[in-house]
Amino acid sequence: MPLDIYAEEIISNYEHPHNKGKIDSPSVKLHENNPVCGDDITIYCAIKGDRLEDVKFEGDGCAISMGTASMLTDFVKGKSLSEIERMDLNTIKELIGMDPGPARVKCATLALKTLKGSLFLYQHKEPDASTKEL
Amino acid sequence: MAGIDVSKIKQDFPILNRVINGKRLVYLDSAATSQKPKQVIEKIKDYYENYNANIHRGIYKISEEATEAYIDSKRAASKFINSSSYNEIIYTKNATDSINLVALSWGEQNIKSGDHIMISEMEHHSNIVPWQMLAKRKGAVLDFVRVNDDLTSLDKDSLAENLDKCPKIVALTQVSNVLGTINDIRGISREAHSRGAMVLVDGAQSTPHMPVDVKDLGADFFVASSHKMLGPAGLGILYASSKVLEEMPPLIGGGDMILTVEKERSTWNTIPWKFEAGTANIEGGIGFGAAIEYLNSVGMSRIREHEKEITRYALEMIEGIKNVRAYGYPANNIKDKAGVISFTIDGVHPHDVATIFDSDGVAIRAGHHCAMPLVKSVLHLPAVSRMSFYIYNDERDVDAAVEAIKKTKTIFKKV
Repeated sequence: MPLDIYAEEIISNYEHPHNKGKIDSPSVKLHENNPVCGDDITIYCAIKGDRLEDVKFEGDGCAISMGTASMLTDFVKGKSLSEIERMDLNTIKELIGMDPGPARVKCATLALKTLKGSLFLYQHKEPDASTKEL
Repeated sequence: MAGIDVSKIKQDFPILNRVINGKRLVYLDSAATSQKPKQVIEKIKDYYENYNANIHRGIYKISEEATEAYIDSKRAASKFINSSSYNEIIYTKNATDSINLVALSWGEQNIKSGDHIMISEMEHHSNIVPWQMLAKRKGAVLDFVRVNDDLTSLDKDSLAENLDKCPKIVALTQVSNVLGTINDIRGISREAHSRGAMVLVDGAQSTPHMPVDVKDLGADFFVASSHKMLGPAGLGILYASSKVLEEMPPLIGGGDMILTVEKERSTWNTIPWKFEAGTANIEGGIGFGAAIEYLNSVGMSRIREHEKEITRYALEMIEGIKNVRAYGYPANNIKDKAGVISFTIDGVHPHDVATIFDSDGVAIRAGHHCAMPLVKSVLHLPAVSRMSFYIYNDERDVDAAVEAIKKTKTIFKKV
C-alpha cells in the first residue's frame, strides 16, 4: 500500500487534534467504537435550528480515525444538518485527499458515521441510529 | 547441533518470492498462520491429480491409496507428539474445534454445577469461550490464573491458589500467542493431576516450533492446528488417550462415525473414527502429513534453537530504538520464550504501525490477537503489534522490521 494515507495533514491532526474535548450540555452526544481495532469515539454536538454550531470529540484510536475526526469536525462546524446528512465516503476521500482502501475504510469513516448517527438520534430520538454503515 | 540453513529453506516457500509494494515479502506473522513449502503444495496436488477418492471405502485402488495416505498422516502426527497410536489422534477443523469437542463431549459428561474449570489470562479466545459456554450451561465456575506483573509467565501464587480449588479440568496454552511465554506445563499438570484434574494443553503455538511430547507434558488432551505448522488450513488435531476417548460420547453424528445404523439406534465406530463424522478433510490430512515430514526433516530441536537466536537478535535490535516497547521480555530474557514479540511504539497506534510495515512489504499483525482479556485487562492496551518468527525467517527479515520501525518514527513526528 502506498503511504499517501499518512499525509502530513492527517498526522498533524492526529498529533495535534482540533476540537478535542467535551461540550457541556450538548444537544446530542453519541459514543461509537470499532471493536476490531479498538478505535473509540464520542461526538458532542451543539445544534441551533438547522445548524451544527459546535462539534467536539473525544476518543482513542489510530491516526486515520483520530486524524479524520479532527479534520471532519473542522469541516462540518457551522454547516446545516441536511448538508451533513448528505455526506458519505466520498466526502471523507476529498477531505483527506485519498482513498483509505478496504483495510482502513472503517477507521476513516468512524467519525462521520458517529456524527451522522448523533444527528439522526437528535432528530428521531432513536437510540440505535448509529449502526448504519456509510 | 548445526543451525538450519534459512536461505535454503526460503527456496522451498514459493510465496516468499512475492513482491509487495516494490519490496520482497517479509512474513513475520507465522503465529497467525504459517506459509506452505512446495513439498506440501505438491503433495496436495499429487493427491488431486493421482488418487483423489473418498477414504474408508477401499474397494478400488485409488481409494485404498487415499485411505493409506490419510492414515499415514495420522501415524506421523501421533509420532510427532509421541502419542501411543494413531487411534488417539482425531482430526478436527482446527485447534479451536478440538477444544470445543472436548468441552462439548467430555465437558458435557463430566462437569457439574459448582465445579471449577481453570484457565489463564493468557489464553487465546479459543481456550476461553468454549469453557465460558460450558460453565454457563452447567453452572460451573471458570477461574483465571493471573499473569505475573512483569508479563513473563503465569503468577505462581495465583496458580497455586486456583489449583487448590480442585478444578475438574485445567486448560492452558503451552505458548502464549501474544507474550511468547512457554508455560511449565509439565510442572502444572503434575500438580493438577495430584488434585484429580484433567489437563488440556493448547499446543497451537508450541507444536509448530519445538519438540512436543504429550506424555512428558502430562497432557490428557492436546490440541494443535495444521495451518500453523506449514500444513493446510481446516485441519486440526485432538489427542487424548484411548481410554479417555473410549469413554467420551461422540459429538457429531453421521457417516463414518458409526458401525451399524438401524431405524431406532446406531452403534459407534471405534476411535478415532467415532469422532470424525462425514467425509473427512482428506487433502488436508494428506497435506498435513507432508508438513510433518518437512518439519521432521529440519528437526524440531533445531527449529527451536533457530527461533531462539532470531528472537534474541530481534530484541537486541529493538532495544536500541527509543520509544519502542516489547512486552514480557524484561532484560531481554528469552529463556522460556517462543519466537513471538508483541510491541508498541509510543504515540503510534498498532494499526498504523502495521500499515507502515506493509508499505515496506513486512507483514505483521496488529490488534488484540484473539486474546482480549490479556491485551485489554492485563496489558491495558487497545491493541499491540506483533512479529512472530518461523524457520523461513532470518536476520535480514528482522532488519527489514527494524527499518519499518524507523520509518514509522519518521512519519509520526512526536515519537
